[in-house]
Amino acid sequence: MGTTTMPAAVAATLHWEAVTPEPLTEGDVLRALDSVIDPELDEPITDLGFVRSVTLTGASVEVHLRLPTSFCAPNFAYLMASDAKDVLTALRNVGVVTVELDDHHDSDIINSGLAADAGYKGTFLHEAESDLDELRATFQRKAHTAAMERSLTAFLRARPELAETAVANVVLGDLPDDSAKAALLKRRATIGLSTVDSASVLVDDSGSPYPAASVALALRRARSTRISIDGNAHFCRGLLATRYPGSEVDQLPRTEENFLPLSSVIRTHRRKIA
Amino acid sequence: MYQKDGESYFIVDAHVALWDARPENQRNIHGKQFIDCFYDYHANLSPASEKWPYEEYLYQGGERFIKDIFTDGYVDHAIFQPAHLGEFYKTGFGQTEEAFALTQENPGRLTYNHNFDPRNGEAGLDQLRADAERFNLKGVKLYTAEWHGDSRGYKLNDPWTYRYFELCRELGIRNIHVHKGPTIRPLDRDAFDVADVDHAATDFTDLNFIVEHVGLPRLEDFCWIATQEPNVHGGLAVAMPFIHTRPRYFAQIMGELIYWIGEDRIQFSSDYALWTPRWLIEAFVDFQIPEDMTEYAPITIEQKRKILGLNAAKMYDIPVPVELQLPSADETATGPRQPERADLAAV
Repeated sequence: MGTTTMPAAVAATLHWEAVTPEPLTEGDVLRALDSVIDPELDEPITDLGFVRSVTLTGASVEVHLRLPTSFCAPNFAYLMASDAKDVLTALRNVGVVTVELDDHHDSDIINSGLAADAGYKGTFLHEAESDLDELRATFQRKAHTAAMERSLTAFLRARPELAETAVANVVLGDLPDDSAKAALLKRRATIGLSTVDSASVLVDDSGSPYPAASVALALRRARSTRISIDGNAHFCRGLLATRYPGSEVDQLPRTEENFLPLSSVIRTHRRKIA
Repeated sequence: MYQKDGESYFIVDAHVALWDARPENQRNIHGKQFIDCFYDYHANLSPASEKWPYEEYLYQGGERFIKDIFTDGYVDHAIFQPAHLGEFYKTGFGQTEEAFALTQENPGRLTYNHNFDPRNGEAGLDQLRADAERFNLKGVKLYTAEWHGDSRGYKLNDPWTYRYFELCRELGIRNIHVHKGPTIRPLDRDAFDVADVDHAATDFTDLNFIVEHVGLPRLEDFCWIATQEPNVHGGLAVAMPFIHTRPRYFAQIMGELIYWIGEDRIQFSSDYALWTPRWLIEAFVDFQIPEDMTEYAPITIEQKRKILGLNAAKMYDIPVPVELQLPSADETATGPRQPERADLAAV
């Protein structure tokens, strides 16, 4: 079909789209911000309630972020705010993008840096030595460790006959296709680990499995990482709600609360208290 | 002394403060931001009956301190751990003169620890010598996130910090309490990184390093370091009040600590005036690891007695009535304690 035979209404629509794009909506902005992760808590800033406001004026967008305390680590604060600006700037049809961090001890420094697109070093000057890549990588590794522990603990809970050390033999293909596995695969991919079915689940940051004698300790250490991240995520949610009453309605509950208790699936022998 | 169900508990509150965060003492907006952050911690984690109005939270004074700690709070001995925060407060956050006067008025019940800042160089070393003599220092409180001119933090393994540790050793200051606040320098690294404690503890094996908040928000890094260094201890400041709001999380913290560092190296504190000791002590004595958390053994009464006071009393040579003393657990100096407690190992 040639353009000459195109119905007039369709042609008019195409023409209209070409010169007058769909206006940006708040939904578009929030969906974009869904991909901005708090590196420390391993959750989207939208789920945490960190997005305080979205204001659209024509094609321009202004987003304000808020954090649980004035003294949240400024490097993480900067990472989230600059990631937010990056994902919004990448939106089609967007005009001027303004991202501001409210009520932080370094709000002035961070907001000026963001407005000027000064980058990390340009924002923090003498306090910035090189970049935040290694910091981000450190927390991507922790996020993987925690996801690994969640999957393996769930695996053990579902198989009461298995000894703890049996996790050494668990490969990705053994895990049920659930949200825990999806989260693990995503975090493995982020730090460059294989996601094939035959890959071992319990691995160190470089993807190497542990020797048999270290398996229990490795799982135990991974557990302390998971507990730490979960605990921080809950505390930060609570503090945000205390600091900004009403912000709790913007928060999605953290899913780990839904884990089955260990006792529901395993037998144990507990020590008696003397 | 706290008594419940025929058991007596000797109580040492190992981290208390007399602070002044009233507006007239605030140097700038950060003074307000700092106390507001503390107040949100207090408001978020306290039972409704223990929550103070904001105005009361800004300053308590000696009379209220004595009532909250000793009259109402069951505490036998409390240890001041003052944060200076000279960039935020005109006379500092911790009130040195007031706290030291109170210590002198209450012999045997209070220990005054002071602080130093390695960025004060040679002059600071002289000051530490004078402070050690005046306050009879056994310990110091270090806040690595302290702002100082254009520096916003330091590390325990900085060369100048080592100079101060060497002087501590010479002056008989053996207990180094470390508060890992959000340390901005180096900004490229994790602000709560505790790796510097590892270096310092390895190089100064004759000093005790008590990591406050048990390393939170980096419990895992703290446990990993502390399990390898026999002179690293955990202070429960800030961790304690989770016993009310998030008891299952508190149970996991306690379970992890007892597994990784053992019952002899954990110290109770209220972190007064962030919280008051009375309700924390009552709740802790009543506390038990939930039965469904089979990865952890139950906490014993003996472990609670050590954590609530005997561990800190031992570190500070605080006399404890003979009938309340307990021997140290016969545990490995390094590595996980009682590995049979490991998750699922008993299956």
